[in-house]
Amino acid sequence: MLNYTLKRLLQGIVTVWFIATATFIAMHSVPGDPLADEKAVTAEIRANLEAKYGLDKPVFDQYLIYMGNIVKGDFGISFTQENREVNDIIREHFPVSATLGILAVVFAGLGGVLWGALTALYRNRLPDVIIMFLVILGISVPSFVIAAISQLSLVNLNDLLGVSILPVAGWGSVWHMLVPSMVLGLGTMAYLTRLMRSSMLEIVNADYVRTAKSKGLPPTRIFTRHQLRNAILPVITVLGPSIAAITTGGFVVELVFAIPGLGRYFVQAVQQLDYTVIMGTTVFYGSFLVFMVIVVDLLYGLIDPRVRLE
Amino acid sequence: MTTVAGSEDTFNRSAGRQLLLFAAISIGSIGLLMYALAWASSLTGSGAGSEVAVDPETRTVTLFLREEPPQLNSSLATDMVSGMVLGHVMEGLLRYDEHNRLVPGMAERWEIDANGAIFHLRSDAVWSDGAPVTAHDFVFAWQLALDPANASQYAFILYPVKNGRAIAEAKLPVSQLGARAVDDRTLEVTFERPVAYFDKLVAFPTYYPIRRDFYEATKGRYGADAHTLLYNGPFRMTRWVHGAHVRLEKNPTYWDEERIRIEVLDFPYITSDANATLNLFKDNKVAYAGLLAENLNDAMEQRWHIKRFMDGSVFFIEFNFRDGRVTANTNLRKAMQHAVDPAELVYKVTKLPGYIPGESLFPVWLRGVNGYFRQEYPAPKTIKDVVKAREYLQAAKRELGMEQIPPLVLLSGDNPVSNIQSEYFQQVFKQTLGLDIRIDKQIFKQRLAKMTSGDFDMVLAGWGPDYDDPLTFGDLFASWNLNNRGRYSNPELDRQVAIAEESLDPKTRMDAFGEIQRILHDDVVILINYEPGTTYVVNPDLGGLVRRSVGPDPDFTNAYIVEG
Repeated sequence: MLNYTLKRLLQGIVTVWFIATATFIAMHSVPGDPLADEKAVTAEIRANLEAKYGLDKPVFDQYLIYMGNIVKGDFGISFTQENREVNDIIREHFPVSATLGILAVVFAGLGGVLWGALTALYRNRLPDVIIMFLVILGISVPSFVIAAISQLSLVNLNDLLGVSILPVAGWGSVWHMLVPSMVLGLGTMAYLTRLMRSSMLEIVNADYVRTAKSKGLPPTRIFTRHQLRNAILPVITVLGPSIAAITTGGFVVELVFAIPGLGRYFVQAVQQLDYTVIMGTTVFYGSFLVFMVIVVDLLYGLIDPRVRLE
Repeated sequence: MTTVAGSEDTFNRSAGRQLLLFAAISIGSIGLLMYALAWASSLTGSGAGSEVAVDPETRTVTLFLREEPPQLNSSLATDMVSGMVLGHVMEGLLRYDEHNRLVPGMAERWEIDANGAIFHLRSDAVWSDGAPVTAHDFVFAWQLALDPANASQYAFILYPVKNGRAIAEAKLPVSQLGARAVDDRTLEVTFERPVAYFDKLVAFPTYYPIRRDFYEATKGRYGADAHTLLYNGPFRMTRWVHGAHVRLEKNPTYWDEERIRIEVLDFPYITSDANATLNLFKDNKVAYAGLLAENLNDAMEQRWHIKRFMDGSVFFIEFNFRDGRVTANTNLRKAMQHAVDPAELVYKVTKLPGYIPGESLFPVWLRGVNGYFRQEYPAPKTIKDVVKAREYLQAAKRELGMEQIPPLVLLSGDNPVSNIQSEYFQQVFKQTLGLDIRIDKQIFKQRLAKMTSGDFDMVLAGWGPDYDDPLTFGDLFASWNLNNRGRYSNPELDRQVAIAEESLDPKTRMDAFGEIQRILHDDVVILINYEPGTTYVVNPDLGGLVRRSVGPDPDFTNAYIVEG
């Protein structure tokens, strides 16, 4: 177990290094001048700006310096917000994205298992048809549409009732979290519902379920211990990557609901060629994703005794 | 004895009960989790906004910001949002009033002549920590902006001050700047050349004061947080949660404190999504919101107070005059000039509310000698004339010795408006002149890079004003101007720019701008497209909101709450 964990962590470090290098190369290959602004500047000012961000050195030297700094945990200063360190940006905005992401994942996970089990239970009957129809909608409608529609519905709901029951946008209280995290988790929830449904249907007729029934075990025990527990495995497999996807993919939701998360910086940095923020957020999210995948693999061993970690 | 189907039913009922229990536990735990997360994030969170957009009880107005202010160090700031926030928390020697006229700010009176200016600071001007604002604070701020080590992009706006340019180019030390504190309340400025419009320059953020001891105590983090800024304006920033929340409260130490009738300007929302801000407006959470063209009908149905406003900029096609570019040929440019009609572009193609067809580089709001510049010096017009356009094209082909003009590259941004614009020109030039236009659509930074390196034949460009004088547009195509991306060079235009810069007589200066306007048209340096406008809605309880083309916009310093 310990050996396995160490091996995976080592692999993870190599993966992160690879991500950092690939991002560095891609970023420098994107056409455009990160220091250009609407007003042209004199050669002297330009030279000073280049020196400030180390862009006056050859690209390979920049790479070496950059990798050295990453090892020290220093991502540098943002190009667009000149007196903010990328570390500050990550520290201040990641907790917001993480809060939103955790809630969305919990929504998606619990909802997916619940709806999936329900549809399997009522297969080919009315609840199954209705839920599966909604699932198809949830998977195919992009989040920016859902975000905009749900915000508009909130406005109309508040308007109809004459009081503000749920905030339309912003961040700072429990109620601000509810709708955005549901919107963010919806796609994953829909996907997990389908996964859970098919996995339940496979298990309903499994030998050990039939054995359990014929042994005369109470239905409660059969359903939770034998069916749910086994059917949930594939759900957990995809949960790891989807945690990372949800936590990083909140850009649209953050924009629509005016939430100060990291997703906005992540996307805007690319648009504005903010080199240090691009590198900082990518390396950070990359490490996060790698870490989550390792955690899920370890969890696997706890949930399914058949899996041995070696 | 139960049947098989019966036992299946029993099982399903039991499973259903299990799921119901599971759902109840889920909802409960999600609720708990939300509270736990809210508690954890309240340590760093932004706090919710006020219940209503305009609150007469606390005299709070709730608003949104389009983006996080990137830079609140006034010597480095370049963008509109930072300029707006700075305009509320800082004050220069002069400021803009509710009629967009320049009025005394930190300076109570001033004298400007050909050699320099003297500003007399008011005795009751103090920083938010109680210390007086002195002439030294201005000298320090200007030196900061010019110091090449700070690489301020707006250093050029201080070039009229003696040695400003030489300092920015690292040829002289900052101590040689022609700005001196005679005593705490007297600022003496020596000019590099006569500057008739210097009073208009000092209202610009780069000219705002910065106090040395405070600046140095922040150890390079001046303007990075609410507590690393010192305020001398109508408001002070009491809260700045990055990316989330900016809160400005009335500054009790502001000298003209009686003028300020709003206690709190709260910005708990930061988003560039125009639909989201309009939704917030609809929900009575923000007092003001911009309107997109598609929201106009909805806004009219809601009977909102729809207002229009010109943002002060001008958009045009810039030609490349570098050697080897066919666009350097005057007849080719004339052909294109006779093929387009800005009115058609604005009213039939882009159809954006508030936009007006462009006729001149000098927009309609600029003031001339007595009235508006454009009324005193009407812009020369070209009527769309396809026959003439083709004649010019033939002449151009003869001069260039070409059977066919090679495809021209039109560099363009990647936003929806420039897409429509560039496609319109592509189609018009193809139809009337048979010219092939290749649209080179690029992201912002790459478009700028290509503009600087001259990698285009034509480029969709625009220009906004920095100060309230026609020169802010007038010197754009001077041969020495780095923002003259097409490298147009004309000694006569340079001569007129020099007159406009150095003359002290308003009539002489305006005549020079009139000449510049004529040259730009006759020589077809640019093809003017439009002057953009915006439409917006304001909460009826909020009065005194000022929009302006030059200076902090929107301006809430004169705002008040409509009683009753």
